[in-house]
Amino acid sequence: MAGAVAGIPPDGMLLAVLADEDTITGFLLAGVGNVDLRKKRNYLVVDSKTPVRQIESSFKEFCARDDIAVILISQQVAGQIRNVIQQHNKPIPAVLEIPSKDCPYDPAQDTLLTRVKHIAGFN
Amino acid sequence: MSTARYTVAPTVTMLTMMKARLVGATKGHALLKKKADALTMRFRQLLKEIIEAKENLGATMKGSFFAYTEAQYAAGEGIKHTIMDNVDTAVVKVRGALDNVAGVKIPRFSSFVIPGETKMDLTGLGRGGQQLQSCRKAYQSAVELLVQLANLQTAFLTLDEALKVTNRRVNALENVVKPKLENTISYIKAELDELEREEFFRLKKVQKNKQKNQAKAEAEFATAMAELQEATADTLDMPPFDPKMPGQNVQPPASSSLLNYKEDDMLF
Repeated sequence: MAGAVAGIPPDGMLLAVLADEDTITGFLLAGVGNVDLRKKRNYLVVDSKTPVRQIESSFKEFCARDDIAVILISQQVAGQIRNVIQQHNKPIPAVLEIPSKDCPYDPAQDTLLTRVKHIAGFN
Repeated sequence: MSTARYTVAPTVTMLTMMKARLVGATKGHALLKKKADALTMRFRQLLKEIIEAKENLGATMKGSFFAYTEAQYAAGEGIKHTIMDNVDTAVVKVRGALDNVAGVKIPRFSSFVIPGETKMDLTGLGRGGQQLQSCRKAYQSAVELLVQLANLQTAFLTLDEALKVTNRRVNALENVVKPKLENTISYIKAELDELEREEFFRLKKVQKNKQKNQAKAEAEFATAMAELQEATADTLDMPPFDPKMPGQNVQPPASSSLLNYKEDDMLF
């Protein structure tokens, strides 16, 4: 763990986004987007036609990259690859479920929040 | 479990060693317990913060989405593609630092914006620039909040793991190592006591034997003395020893006494 933190480059780490087009556009406007020399992007636009396999592979790729600190994933997309997210148990990158533009945030579906509430005894 | 112990030779050295280990285990247990308590305290605090932040997240994101819709309305449908094409290098990045809670290192993120002109500054120069900039601000604050949340989440996962490990150690020390050491110590003590009793019994036995032998020897000596006295009492009546007696060797006859033997050249 300390190694992972020590490995943070001094110029900072990136945020990755997996969400629908509108949500991603907003984040790109804020300046989150990054395209590196090999034309690799740190975001994936997911629409209804995106195959689950592609979402999965992108998610795994973001997890494996060591310059990504936080993965933002819209709840809708997260629902499609729930088992992969549940398998991810490393602290870095942190996987964060966000609401998407056309789908309100449902706290009951969040993997981490349910766990937190379970531990806190909030049911 | 309660009879489990280390396989050691029951010696005094081992006893001291085991006692030292028990002291060490007790101290370690106390320290780990303190650590676990500190972690639990932090963990509880964190849980509350996470729940609050997560519930806030919905509202903040809603604000951002509304700002985006506004921008889209003002700048036109095509703005989406302009933004997508303008992506170059990230200006919003995350910096990492380390927090230390009772020896557990927790990564702490903070987002920062790299200063300078970016292509995004000029987006919407033609139409709806103001809405786009306010949308940008809204999303930047959302990112800040999200990074805070990521922070909490990372701390949560790290602490959860650390807490598990610490609790496991505390329980192992309490329920396995300490009883095992205590059992070993009591085993060694019992064994040493047993040895001591055996040794004591052996010494007693030896002493008894010695006394018996001594008594016997004394009794024998007494009888011998008595016999001797008796013998000396009546040897004087015996005829004198005569070495020139026929049929006799140097051995004095039983019926004679050397005391009665008179030699001419012997001087007394």
